[in-house]
Amino acid sequence: MSAVVLDVRIETTINGEPRVAEDVWPGESLLYVLRERFGLYGSKNACEQGECGSCSVYLDGALVCACLVLGGQAGGRSVTTVEGVDADAVQKAFVEAGAVQCGFCTPGLVVAAHELLQRVPHPTDGEIREALAGNVCRCTGYGTIIAAVHMAAGR
Amino acid sequence: MEFLQPSTWAEALDMKAAHPETTPIAGGTDVMVELNLDHGRPASIMDLTRIKDLTEWGTDDGLLRIGAGVTYTRLIEELGDRLPGLAMASRTVGSPQIRNRGTVGGNLGTSSPAGDAHPPLLAADAQVEVHSKAGVRRIPVREFFTGPKKNAMLKDELIAAFLVAPAPGPQQFSKVGTRNAMVIAVCSFALELDPAHRRVGTGIGSAGPTPLRAVQAEEFIQGELEWENRRPPSDAAMGRFGELVAAAAKPIDDVRGSAAYRRHALAVMARRCLQWCWT
Repeated sequence: MSAVVLDVRIETTINGEPRVAEDVWPGESLLYVLRERFGLYGSKNACEQGECGSCSVYLDGALVCACLVLGGQAGGRSVTTVEGVDADAVQKAFVEAGAVQCGFCTPGLVVAAHELLQRVPHPTDGEIREALAGNVCRCTGYGTIIAAVHMAAGR
Repeated sequence: MEFLQPSTWAEALDMKAAHPETTPIAGGTDVMVELNLDHGRPASIMDLTRIKDLTEWGTDDGLLRIGAGVTYTRLIEELGDRLPGLAMASRTVGSPQIRNRGTVGGNLGTSSPAGDAHPPLLAADAQVEVHSKAGVRRIPVREFFTGPKKNAMLKDELIAAFLVAPAPGPQQFSKVGTRNAMVIAVCSFALELDPAHRRVGTGIGSAGPTPLRAVQAEEFIQGELEWENRRPPSDAAMGRFGELVAAAAKPIDDVRGSAAYRRHALAVMARRCLQWCWT
């Protein structure tokens, strides 16, 4: 795709499946495209400025905030959302550790914790805090969240 | 809104010439906030993430030439040994998600006085390479910032890269904020020592209408430091260095901090950075 476009057509791979969104407003974020055009509501919409991490997804393997990716930038790329991430161990650990309170931040934290454990299979407390620094839990349940990541790492 | 998506650099320069008002977007960590919160709606937006050249870095006549699209994460991993000051500043940018997307090119383009990359680039006397269909300009970063979110670029220009020498000696960076992550600097300071040339470089962030350099502080401490025997500078010299850095700042009172606090913090950070660099 190149040249001047007023309505964007986005062909992308979401959770391994080719998907197409037509007539996308050029200013739309990937988060909006995921939620409102593809019905993938796992990525949460909260701050819309990259501060809360609730919309964390993988874009071509990198952890990003979907709200800060322009929809058109995802064209031809591969996106993995919380619905598609293979994070059973992390999810079970979150439940067992009591790391889920209201649950709003949980999808973003699951993706971020999954990404950390891919890179660092047995992270220290400090590494977990650093890796999850961009994910805000307003129930402030950080202690159990960090415990859950340790628990998932042990499995 | 128009969406432009060049696939090559030549195409991007053509488009910028034809649509000089277009807003370039790379990692989106600044531009998307404006769009999402409807603070501004550009008539046109140009995605630069398809252009491979921008994501590459190499050497150019002894300097590192780093493409505008290299992310903070890559900068830390791939260039942290050669550019420790910039890597330290990069580690304080946002969160992993932000560092995976954000770029120094974008930081320069936004030209916020609080941009974390700016103080180390000032301290290292880096250059910004801008291109247009008319040609290439290398602008010293010390002349690049002209006002809050304003810079020396022309309407038809795009940032291709920045150029900086591999650290000639110790470099340090310090930043004050309310927490360790996800924080816009209350103020920040970068220091570079070049022992072979007995030169000191400084950069002040978030304490003036633009990122600033503390020229008098540099000149003072260059003369005070005992470069040969590496004796620690006197408390009086350290104190004076801090005062001169604070005096070079032009801070205001705003939501993140008061002018008086910023000056105080800068003097402390300047002394600490000098101590860290020297010992």
